[in-house]
Amino acid sequence: MSLRLLLSAICSVLLLAGCTSASTPIPTTAPAAKPTSPAAAPSNPTTAPAAAPTTAAAAAPASTPGSSQAASGQTMTLNGAGSSFDNPLFSKAFAEYTKLHSNIQVNYQSVGSGAGIQQLTQGPVDFGATDAPLTDEQMAAAENDVVHVPVTLGAVSVAYNLPGVNEGLKLSGDALAKIYLGTIKKWNDPSIAQLNPDLQLPSTDIAVVHRSDGSGTTDIFTTYLGSASQLWKDQVGSGLSVDWPVGLGGKGSEGVAGQVKQIPGGIGYFEMAYAKQNNLTSAAMQSGDQFLVPSIDGATACAAGVADKLPPDLRVRIAGCTGQNAYPISGFSWVVLHQNQKDSARGQALVNLLWWLTHDGQQYSKDLFYAPLPQQVVSKDEQKLSSIQANGQPIQPAH
Amino acid sequence: MAVTLWESDRASAARRGHGWLSARAADRVFLGLAGLFAAAIVGLVLLIAFELARSSTLAWDTFGFGFLTSTRLDPVARRFGALPYIYGTIVSSLLALLIGAPLGLGGAIFLSELAPRWMRSPVSFLIEMLASIPSVVYGLWALFVLVPIVRQLIEPALGSTLGQVLPLFQGPPYGVGILSAGLVLAIMILPTIAAISRDVLLAVPREQREGLLALGATRWEVISTVVLPYARAGILGAVILGLGRALGETMAVTMVIGNRGEISASLFALADTMASVIANQFTEASYPLYLSALVELGLVLFGVTIVLNIVARWLVWRVNRGGVRRAA
Repeated sequence: MSLRLLLSAICSVLLLAGCTSASTPIPTTAPAAKPTSPAAAPSNPTTAPAAAPTTAAAAAPASTPGSSQAASGQTMTLNGAGSSFDNPLFSKAFAEYTKLHSNIQVNYQSVGSGAGIQQLTQGPVDFGATDAPLTDEQMAAAENDVVHVPVTLGAVSVAYNLPGVNEGLKLSGDALAKIYLGTIKKWNDPSIAQLNPDLQLPSTDIAVVHRSDGSGTTDIFTTYLGSASQLWKDQVGSGLSVDWPVGLGGKGSEGVAGQVKQIPGGIGYFEMAYAKQNNLTSAAMQSGDQFLVPSIDGATACAAGVADKLPPDLRVRIAGCTGQNAYPISGFSWVVLHQNQKDSARGQALVNLLWWLTHDGQQYSKDLFYAPLPQQVVSKDEQKLSSIQANGQPIQPAH
Repeated sequence: MAVTLWESDRASAARRGHGWLSARAADRVFLGLAGLFAAAIVGLVLLIAFELARSSTLAWDTFGFGFLTSTRLDPVARRFGALPYIYGTIVSSLLALLIGAPLGLGGAIFLSELAPRWMRSPVSFLIEMLASIPSVVYGLWALFVLVPIVRQLIEPALGSTLGQVLPLFQGPPYGVGILSAGLVLAIMILPTIAAISRDVLLAVPREQREGLLALGATRWEVISTVVLPYARAGILGAVILGLGRALGETMAVTMVIGNRGEISASLFALADTMASVIANQFTEASYPLYLSALVELGLVLFGVTIVLNIVARWLVWRVNRGGVRRAA
């Protein structure tokens, strides 16, 4: 009796589910509140034309299958993947964009710069986001068809936990490199003391903390150390992940911040936002004859200072920049996309999105601790975006 | 009752050879399906090994056996080696076993022999709850609770006493390191060992215990002379399962082990495990050799797990031969 009841209950539930999903119309404009939610896609974003209208009718931002006409009022979903550094900014900016253009959804997966580049090369996404420009190898793998568009700037804090010294520590690039090389072991080393004549430095051992996982923040930081110290450049080099001579690794910026906070004498590097969140003091880095704490304006000034020396393909690391009020440990974050777009409507939508992101979209940066692009770089971005083509025809970005 | 009527109708029809599936055919189908599933599991393991080997050929060709003995993992200079990670994996797992196995076994003995009957279910349930806590949660807890305790209490205490004599306990007290990783892993494998050991101990026949008690043995003598030896094989099996979990554990370990690929004589030192390195670096591996080296690291981890399991199984077999004779 109970078995039969159970079986009939299961059948009726299945029938009900089937009937309900067939009768409810799949919403073509999903709520603007969740345009960047991964929407039931696990780690690979679904290719939009083959997108899953068969997934749950509930909240999936559905793109009508096969459609690529944004103008006809049907939703188009653009897919991007890459840097986790950009994720907070993109979440906010793309949500705002969808409010303005309700037929464009943007689905961004924060899977890491390397994975984002791979997905752009292999095809599933329309654009990638990366904190380090593509290497020549990666460019070759993508048939040299990739355009780099800087969309934001980040400043990397060097934070410390020194009992007795709550603020005001000054460091030079050379001293920082020696700390991370392991040649300076104690806080009251003469090299540090001479930069801080007014501070009483304890004889605590320096506990060096770095990232255990690959990251764009590491790339910016090691590029800076390489620019400040030839020894660092020769022995260690720079990259998303390096062979650190000393120090312990923390997972993610949160891990590094957590370790620095807990270990007396700790020093570590992470994006500026984490220093504020964890109430950690940042060291003032030497830049020319100034000592600058990390700031949004400092990062923008860094980019502005080197703007006229930028190479045409905009694949350049700006850490180690000099200039008035230019914070030296800064770096771009790029959106990368194909120069030759295959679908003209998608290409148009993408170029419009990026045009907006580099112009009006910059207003959302400061609240999230990103630095807005200086005007010179925005001009270069405009040139880059105007060079995107679809099937041989240039795309005119809509302003 | 309606259900019984329904079942017996079909059953008797099947026995008579009527209905769409006779009893013999049903048996064959069942055997076939069960065999298929078993083969699928073996096939899956072989497939994993094959796929790992295939994706790591680039690194194999570049480094050869030097991969297993080299100590640097340098993505910038494009040199990769596995030795410090093999060391970190094995040492942290063995430390976890050394701490976790006696604790788990002790808990199992308590639950099966010494605890009042009303306590058995709740405490068993609590121990099994430990097993269901996600690894990341363990890692976070360890990072914020265990590591400060280790840094401020355990490491200074060990360093000032045993550390004067043994190089095993020397070095600056970072908190993170092999010791913390071993402790977290011990807590994680404890429920596995405790739950299985408890079941094995409960399965020891009452006659064995009662016989020895009749001869005038104390509680402890009963446990040590009869119960433990009889259950030896099962307990070793539980320990092997715990070891397997410790070897593969990633998230909790990577948060507290210090992520520094070094080999050092001290338990206070920073280290890294193969699983931790792969988890940390896989998403940002930006060129094919890097990826291939990480996959090869995965293959080495696979190999180390298999080797350790073989050694453990051999140990069980050795013990089992002696054990049965003693218990009889």
